[in-house]
Amino acid sequence: MERSYQEINARIKSGKVVVLTAEEFIDLVKEKGLTRAAAEVDVVTTGTFAPMCSSGVFLNFGHSAPRIKMQKVWLNNVPAYAGLAAVDAYLGATELPENDPLNTSYPGEFRYGGGHVIEDLVAGRPVKLRAVAYGTDCYPRREIETYITLQDINEAILFNPRNAYQNYNCAVNLSNRTLYTYMGVLKPNLGNANYSTSGQLSPLLKDPYFKTIGIGTRIFLGGGIGYVAWHGTQHFPSMQTDGTGKELGPAGGTLAVIGDLKQMSPRWLVGTSFLGYGATLTVGIGVPIPILNEEVARYAAAADEDLYAPIVDYGEAYPNRKPGNLGYVSYAQLKSGKIVVLGKEVPTAPLSSYPRAREIAGILKEWIKKGDFLLTEPVQLLPSPQEKRKANVLEVRKEG
Amino acid sequence: MSPRKIVLRFGPEISDKPIIYRLVKDYDLVINILKANVNPQKEGIMVLEITGEKYEEGLKYLREQGVAVQALTREVVRNEERCTMCGACTVLCPTGALYIERPGMEVRFESDNCVVCQLCVKVCPVRAMEVKL
Repeated sequence: MERSYQEINARIKSGKVVVLTAEEFIDLVKEKGLTRAAAEVDVVTTGTFAPMCSSGVFLNFGHSAPRIKMQKVWLNNVPAYAGLAAVDAYLGATELPENDPLNTSYPGEFRYGGGHVIEDLVAGRPVKLRAVAYGTDCYPRREIETYITLQDINEAILFNPRNAYQNYNCAVNLSNRTLYTYMGVLKPNLGNANYSTSGQLSPLLKDPYFKTIGIGTRIFLGGGIGYVAWHGTQHFPSMQTDGTGKELGPAGGTLAVIGDLKQMSPRWLVGTSFLGYGATLTVGIGVPIPILNEEVARYAAAADEDLYAPIVDYGEAYPNRKPGNLGYVSYAQLKSGKIVVLGKEVPTAPLSSYPRAREIAGILKEWIKKGDFLLTEPVQLLPSPQEKRKANVLEVRKEG
Repeated sequence: MSPRKIVLRFGPEISDKPIIYRLVKDYDLVINILKANVNPQKEGIMVLEITGEKYEEGLKYLREQGVAVQALTREVVRNEERCTMCGACTVLCPTGALYIERPGMEVRFESDNCVVCQLCVKVCPVRAMEVKL
């Protein structure tokens, strides 16, 4: 069985396309078998809705009279990077106001940061813009203070260099004190285990060898339409295996994504705070997987019991970059609410919203069925596990 | 005098002490236990309705024992619009008032089981849990 992007798009246009969410496709494969399910279904939709720190927005504010170069920029008191052409800036999701108490009163609250500014913008709320610059002959103004809204400004382009992590650690705490991490609050002595993917609904868990996802793949991004721009930073995909060589699902892939913030919605881009850690942005992403052949279908049918997360100690191992883990646990086990770590029963909690991931997969399915959303064939596929991309580490050197 | 509602929180080191017995025996208080979640060597929580003349003395005794005492006058509410149903709160809520309904994984809030410890208010990543006076 082979199916091309052109054939799928022709079926979308004629209203005959068969689209299922990843959950529905898993059920169909269990009912009818892989071969029949792959023959019947054209597209499988996925979804994820979770904090994704490597997110941000390029902004162009338009020119004031007289003009200003905008050397330094603040939005609601949160600094944005303005080392670009006049009146362009990039606001990152984890940026914090300069007067934020941070962790001086530990654990800090981090109530407002770049992610919250992005949510305010996308919700249409006015945002205070302040900028300073040195004067030039062409840009004489040295200071400006005004209010902007998303509608007023020329461009707001969400560009997230590392999103949609293929898989992620299940975080535990072997130490005897409470930890405040980007994986939430971790109670001492294995008090809880937090995880953060949507498992069987998660985009990159369903295409482990990057047979369909690549540069130019059209996606659901923040409630609007976006695109895969590149592989994400730290894109080191691999297939996890246990001691016997049994596959435990993939890990390590990431996406860089881009889209027009003006089309997006505050339901799918939410300013987020982690106690004692920082501010970030919760992002909704959905990727359609064209069922090009039975192999693509087999991976798209991977269920929670086939996909595993490594259990990692955030008390000692993670902060000190010590290799190894405390074993693997399936998403079916994680979602049951309890896992066993080092012989102890530990309650689990997700940081990634499974109900919202399901909603995204459902919305994307409807868009495709209605003919509003055609699939794009990637200009180039992303690096696959076979390329064996490996992480470099940062050494501390005395000299260059 | 009408009964007063209070929340008691105690650490693992005192969870095995007969604190309620002492309140009744030594302070002659009438106690109605509305909720209790006490386990050996774990943090415990109890919601009581108390009447009696030695109310203040009883509370002083509790505090001397290292029990955190707080009047139950506030209420925690969930901003349904804001909640993303991630589930981060569910493993920290001491009474299970916030929990995940399986298999759908929806996050539910049973306010009758809430003892207003306000832990969820601090840890909710999107600030969906609010305190109402």
